[in-house]
Amino acid sequence: MQFLSDNFDLMWRAFLTTLSLAVTSGICALVLGTVLVGMRVSPVTPLRGLATFYVEVFRNTPLTVVFFFLFFGVVYIDVQFPSRFVTAVTALSLYTAAFVAEALRSGINSVPPGQAEAARALGLDFGQTLRSIVLPQAFRTVVPPLGNVWIALAKNTSIAAGFAVTDLTAALQRLANANADKLLAVFAAIVAAYLLITLPSAWLIRVVENRVAIVR
Amino acid sequence: MTSAAKGEPLVRLSGVDKWFGELHVLQDIDLSIDRGEVVVVIGPSGSGKSTLCRTINRLESIQQGEISIDGQRLPEEGKELAHLRSDVGMVFQSFNLFAHKTILQNVTLGPIKVRGKSKAEAERRARELLDRVGVSAQADKYPAQLSGGQQQRVAIARALAMDPKVMLFDEPTSALDPEMINEVLDVMISLARDGMTMIVVTHEMGFARRAANRVVFMDGGRIVESADPETFFTRPQSDRAKDFLSKILNH
Repeated sequence: MQFLSDNFDLMWRAFLTTLSLAVTSGICALVLGTVLVGMRVSPVTPLRGLATFYVEVFRNTPLTVVFFFLFFGVVYIDVQFPSRFVTAVTALSLYTAAFVAEALRSGINSVPPGQAEAARALGLDFGQTLRSIVLPQAFRTVVPPLGNVWIALAKNTSIAAGFAVTDLTAALQRLANANADKLLAVFAAIVAAYLLITLPSAWLIRVVENRVAIVR
Repeated sequence: MTSAAKGEPLVRLSGVDKWFGELHVLQDIDLSIDRGEVVVVIGPSGSGKSTLCRTINRLESIQQGEISIDGQRLPEEGKELAHLRSDVGMVFQSFNLFAHKTILQNVTLGPIKVRGKSKAEAERRARELLDRVGVSAQADKYPAQLSGGQQQRVAIARALAMDPKVMLFDEPTSALDPEMINEVLDVMISLARDGMTMIVVTHEMGFARRAANRVVFMDGGRIVESADPETFFTRPQSDRAKDFLSKILNH
């Protein structure tokens, strides 16, 4: 356990990096995914096409490739990211938004069509119907799948380690090199740090799920 | 038959045609409804009566013809359509109360979001309406906690909260247990007595006899017969109406 206290500072900073990668990307992906799904169910055909195109491109591209593109490919289109952290967040957000949109779309499909019909019959326009009636109900049914997306995102942050962001996985590489005799302890510590993010999430997802459940 | 007509008809359908794919569900429909008139639409299932009801606020689009409400032609899409819909109350067979909102919120949503009323004002009016339909005690519950009859009465209150010019009822009692039908019909009858313009698709012949000014009989996507209830029920003109009535009345 000696190495733990010796490297606590590195581990702690790496943990915070992983956590903020996940949380920041999670929020961005949620916002972008919501916009995408709004486009996808809108009556405007070009918007629907654009959103479908986006989702299919990012859902079917390996995340590592998205990282590669943003770190090394975008120089061609003259985009400068202020830091590697921001680049990593962008890659994670763009990628995860596609999955958020798909999860939300399944939720929207689970809302009985009569709900939107009743809203339209009252005189609510498309946006109001989506915001006040359909999405709030869709979010409730998608808490479990969104939870899966979140946990996948928390683990996907590890790809940033390959792009010189000092997250938990990067710390793992560094510590493993320096402590070859205590490999098992190093792994255990890093895995425990990931669990510190994902396990409370799983618990929180269950709580939220019960809290927002609606009886039909 | 008493005619409550004042000038122009409130709802006018002329030459309306609609297809679902190959199926010609509405065929050359002409129908005018005057202010304060209660029109009951009956007919066998698949006759197009629900579709007709749903075209009036454009929940179903039409391929030919014209529908106008209060002299204004139904817009195709967008804000104008939303605005026009806000003047047309609709009550559905399956109630369609917003599942994630309380009874009170169900009734205040439209006035707040569409009419721009203050929350306090909308709630005051909502409680009045809930009281009128007899469910004021349930104001803070969620729809699933109410019986079908109560839910449908809330749905009526929700539509009334918009102060609509006309109310559409699409088989409002068809999804209800028999013992709950009358509580909904009573509310509808009192509405009719108060002079609300109503278009009611229903199988409740008792309601048609008691509250309707006119019965419209549909079959195969066409309006086959249109008469006051007394005439229609005692001396139907067409064979199809006679056949339909003999099937539903002789039990």
